[in-house]
Amino acid sequence: MNTITVKLCLGTACYVMGSSHLQDLVDIIPDRFGDRVVIAGHNCLNLCTSNGEHAESPYVKIDDEIISNATIEKVLDHIEKKL
Amino acid sequence: MNNNNQSIHIKKEVLVKIIKAFFSENFAKNVELIPFEMRPKGMNVPYRCCIYKERAILRTRIIAGLGFSIENDDEIKQLSVYAEEALARETPASGPLTVIDAACKGCTPHRIHVTDLCQGCVARPCQSVCKFGAISMSNGRSVIDGAKCKNCKMCIAQCPYNAIVKIIVPCEDACPVDAIVKDTNGFVQIDYDACLSCGKCIMNCPFGAVHEKSQIIDILKQMQSGGRVIALIAPSIVGQFPGGVYRLKTAMQKAGFADVYEVAQGADTTTRNEAREFAERMEAGAPFMTTSCCAGYSQFINKHLPEIREFVSATKTPLYYIAEKVRRDEPSALTVFISPCVAKKNEGRANPNIDFVMNYEELGALLIARNIEILDCEEAVFDTESSKQGRNFGVSGGVAGAVASISQGDVRPCVINGLDKTTIKLLKKMAKDRKCEEGNLVEVMCCENGCIGGNATICPPKTAQRALAQFCAGSSDLKRL
Ligand code: FES
Repeated sequence: MNTITVKLCLGTACYVMGSSHLQDLVDIIPDRFGDRVVIAGHNCLNLCTSNGEHAESPYVKIDDEIISNATIEKVLDHIEKKL
Repeated sequence: MNNNNQSIHIKKEVLVKIIKAFFSENFAKNVELIPFEMRPKGMNVPYRCCIYKERAILRTRIIAGLGFSIENDDEIKQLSVYAEEALARETPASGPLTVIDAACKGCTPHRIHVTDLCQGCVARPCQSVCKFGAISMSNGRSVIDGAKCKNCKMCIAQCPYNAIVKIIVPCEDACPVDAIVKDTNGFVQIDYDACLSCGKCIMNCPFGAVHEKSQIIDILKQMQSGGRVIALIAPSIVGQFPGGVYRLKTAMQKAGFADVYEVAQGADTTTRNEAREFAERMEAGAPFMTTSCCAGYSQFINKHLPEIREFVSATKTPLYYIAEKVRRDEPSALTVFISPCVAKKNEGRANPNIDFVMNYEELGALLIARNIEILDCEEAVFDTESSKQGRNFGVSGGVAGAVASISQGDVRPCVINGLDKTTIKLLKKMAKDRKCEEGNLVEVMCCENGCIGGNATICPPKTAQRALAQFCAGSSDLKRL
């Protein structure tokens, strides 16, 4: 079975713009999906400067998929769809 | 409402843009362009009626970000002129808050309202429960006579269909001291004689209509002209940024601060003095003593409850002690308090040892604008490390806990976790009865959860508290320092 990797951006821009509010995912994800989904905080994913500057921070990466303006609900929803 | 929503996101974006403009070739011109950059031609209109209104509101947010009152804006003056005036001024503008009437929705006043869900039932419990005869039936549905209704909410509790609701005005509802008044058009105004500057309205307005007047340009100007600018970071900063405070210290130095001190160091002095004072007061037979370090609470005492002052500790705040020390050691340096809330701007203004106040959102915007990755920074410790008690001052219960931890005898903390209508009633009762049933050491924090719940925090309180607990666990006990 493939595992899904979730990278939660904890770079300065994402953290200040909202990923500080996503840290509960670190507990929620293993609770809900067990070891099928691996989540870890990450240094700047270099997305904040690419489009329109940090305006769409916080970013979360689920495998290769990029989620901008990420929220806990959005991230969980994406994972559900992938599984 | 938590502190992670679109309107706060926009405010932070505006700050980042202002700071970037400051460091650009042409500050005034680039400030002028921010509304157009954020809402370019052809963009889908995200929130308001049209792109022009969005830009107009952004313009006023920029005025606040540059440190001016929006109330005094004539709509003619260009942002570039404001930018130049910000650069030219000697001291930051007075008064910490400002209101954007263009952003204010002019919410319908508080009232009890019968919705479409009303079934016009036979039982009509709403009618029978209403003591004021405010409910009648019309067209098969309950209607409330606003002139008779006293907002008691009894009908809401009785309706079997949950058809009756209380419509609230978020800013008014959040304000603990009724300092929000409406002008004749129903737009928000602040009664500054009553206002505590606690920032609860900033946090709770869904339209982002209340702003802090930023001092960021005043601070950056000092840094750029080579002044030695020293940051005093509040204990509640732990968890507000990634990577811990030691990395944050390096990041802040990269951003232009000459040095960084923990206000927790001052908190250690506060704890010692307050414990001594508490013992003396109890010895002398005082019924109780309240803490004094919360700036919102001290405004509350001054403006709403001077009667309680004789029970308030005369010990100074942690910020007072650390600012005094830094001024003594480096008289030519400027001090900036890095704050979780807007209330501390009042304390900063009243204390000549504190030159500026910058909140966490503004610091975050500065680090973003300067492209500083905190996680890539080296850790740098403080010359003087603070105790675990001092570092815990920013959490509700932390101040009383610290004092209790070094006190002997009968210490019974009573923790007021946030000023609201209920806790205000309790404090009034204490002052009037000259006693406190709940304890003898009363800690008062204006914000729920303590400073980690301040209006300018970045991290949700629960997460911040976890980070803080971890940091404190690895710190020394005050008794051994
Ligand atoms: S900080 Fe998240 S992508 Fe750069």
